[in-house]
Amino acid sequence: MATAVAAPVVETDRSGTKRSSRGGEQDRSGKLFNRLAATCVTLFALIWLVPFLWALITSLRPNEEIAENPTTPWSNNWNLDAYSYAWNTSPLGWWYVNSFIISSLTVVFTVVVCSMAAFALVNLNFRGKYFVFGLILAGLMVPVEALVLPQFLEFRAIGLLGTYWAVILPSVALPVALFVFHSFIKAIPVALIEAARLDGASWWRIYSQIAMPLSRPAISAVAILTFITSWNAFLWPLLVLTQTKSQTIPVGLSSLVGGSAIQYSETMASAVLGILPLLAVFLVLQRQIAQGVANTGIK
Amino acid sequence: MTATALPAPRTGVEVDDRAATAGKPPRPENRAGWLFAAPFLVLYVAFLIGPVLVGLVISLFNTTTVKSGIGSWVGFSNYADVLTNADFWASMWHSALFTLLTTPILVLLPLLFAILVSRLGRGQWFYRLAFFAPYVVPSAAVALIFAFMYTPQTGLITNAFGWFGLTAPDFFGSTSGAWFAVVLLTVWWTFGFNFILYTAAIQEISEEIYEAATLDGAGPWQQIRTITAPLLRPTIGLVLILQVLASLKVFDQIYILLAGGPNYTTRPVIQYIFDSGFSAYRGGYAAAATMVYFAVLVLVSVAWFLVRRRNNSANA
Repeated sequence: MATAVAAPVVETDRSGTKRSSRGGEQDRSGKLFNRLAATCVTLFALIWLVPFLWALITSLRPNEEIAENPTTPWSNNWNLDAYSYAWNTSPLGWWYVNSFIISSLTVVFTVVVCSMAAFALVNLNFRGKYFVFGLILAGLMVPVEALVLPQFLEFRAIGLLGTYWAVILPSVALPVALFVFHSFIKAIPVALIEAARLDGASWWRIYSQIAMPLSRPAISAVAILTFITSWNAFLWPLLVLTQTKSQTIPVGLSSLVGGSAIQYSETMASAVLGILPLLAVFLVLQRQIAQGVANTGIK
Repeated sequence: MTATALPAPRTGVEVDDRAATAGKPPRPENRAGWLFAAPFLVLYVAFLIGPVLVGLVISLFNTTTVKSGIGSWVGFSNYADVLTNADFWASMWHSALFTLLTTPILVLLPLLFAILVSRLGRGQWFYRLAFFAPYVVPSAAVALIFAFMYTPQTGLITNAFGWFGLTAPDFFGSTSGAWFAVVLLTVWWTFGFNFILYTAAIQEISEEIYEAATLDGAGPWQQIRTITAPLLRPTIGLVLILQVLASLKVFDQIYILLAGGPNYTTRPVIQYIFDSGFSAYRGGYAAAATMVYFAVLVLVSVAWFLVRRRNNSANA
């Protein structure tokens, strides 16, 4: 189980070379089929990239030109004016900072809190454990997004509305993350932990120096997915962060939709700036992100 | 792989295989266990179970969201109001309709493409990049870009209709045009997630099966039909339920792109709750609507869980 996250990566490489040989020379219809499939899939993939490219191109063209020739993907006057305009007229810098702080703290808390609880459920025998386990299992079926209204009233009663904590706290105790850690920690050999116990290691030491280092793939999967989910969260931050300067990127950007109908390039420049940080992370960690999604099914 | 892919049904049975020594746990271990679990449990009870209970209580009072305090007891009249309100049912229908429109496309199209891509040798990274990149884009940025492409006359998609000799629908002014706009956006945005789930499952299928099939003279189409598709059935089930639950919770795209318009004809149920709770300030009423909607979602999950368990025990 401990290798579960890493294993399929190896298989991707293998299938790359092996699967291409499938069909062989003896099978001409197979070759034709593969060529057709390649054409079809490549066409679709290119279409999928169009919205990105279109936003980028538009953001670099002057507005007068867009109004004249809206569908020409070329400009005689490429420039970055729209970016400086977008940066100066909206508090994008603040939104970046807010999103970054909120997402990072959420990741740290989620990883620590969920892995500790998973460690307790796997390795420690405590009273009420089965009840706790059942309770968390049931949580997998609770659609949190549907509960924003009572959640809002709860946070108003505690007096945390408008703070980072209002965004961070509700998303930390995530049952899915706990179960990802649970399956990893369970794969650690019992003998290893018993040996450490006999040597007099405390439970905290076993957790931090044996269980956690061995769960590194789980940590990265949970961390990456929590970061993306937290960065892109919309409804809840929209409700609790009402000051323009305290908003996150998605909430801030949404206020630009349907705004000025003629400032095409400025609007697209904001969109590109909003996409950029996560897209950069994605390009670097593409494989790990895909693997993490495949292993957890978090949405 | 399988255990993590869907932690819900199986792990529960296996919880006791370590530390399974029956009887009372020793005291220090008992204390350590609770201490380790405490941070999770506190947050879990406060912010996951808490809102369910708060929602239940508030739905029985005439709470308003403008002032604090929960108001006075009104019994089940909020529920009676919700269940007889045509706007509520209209918004429930919009969420259901969105699910009906998006689920078939988002379950089958990624399946087809994942199978085709898996048969190609080179360039896997390119397809993953193209299809999956939209998943990391915030909903607001997606809406900004698509709103621009849907602009009447000047928008790229509006013009694309013209290239094929068609007239583009009014994406913001007509109900059917609005649904088209939001479904197309959603397919582009979330296609990659299901694509990745399928791709991972396909890579689990052993190469030998295909090699044997090729030796037996099975063509590509036959291999897909008789090997890949049947072996992917559990994954298709998983994608289906994840998609249904995700689609039933739709809010971002419709709210940002259309604000539920034109004239509330696309408003999903979450936006209805949002509007009645935060624009009309009827907290108790919105909580009752929340609980009804919540019950529907839980029913869908539980039904799927039961079906899955029956299938599992039938196979075992």
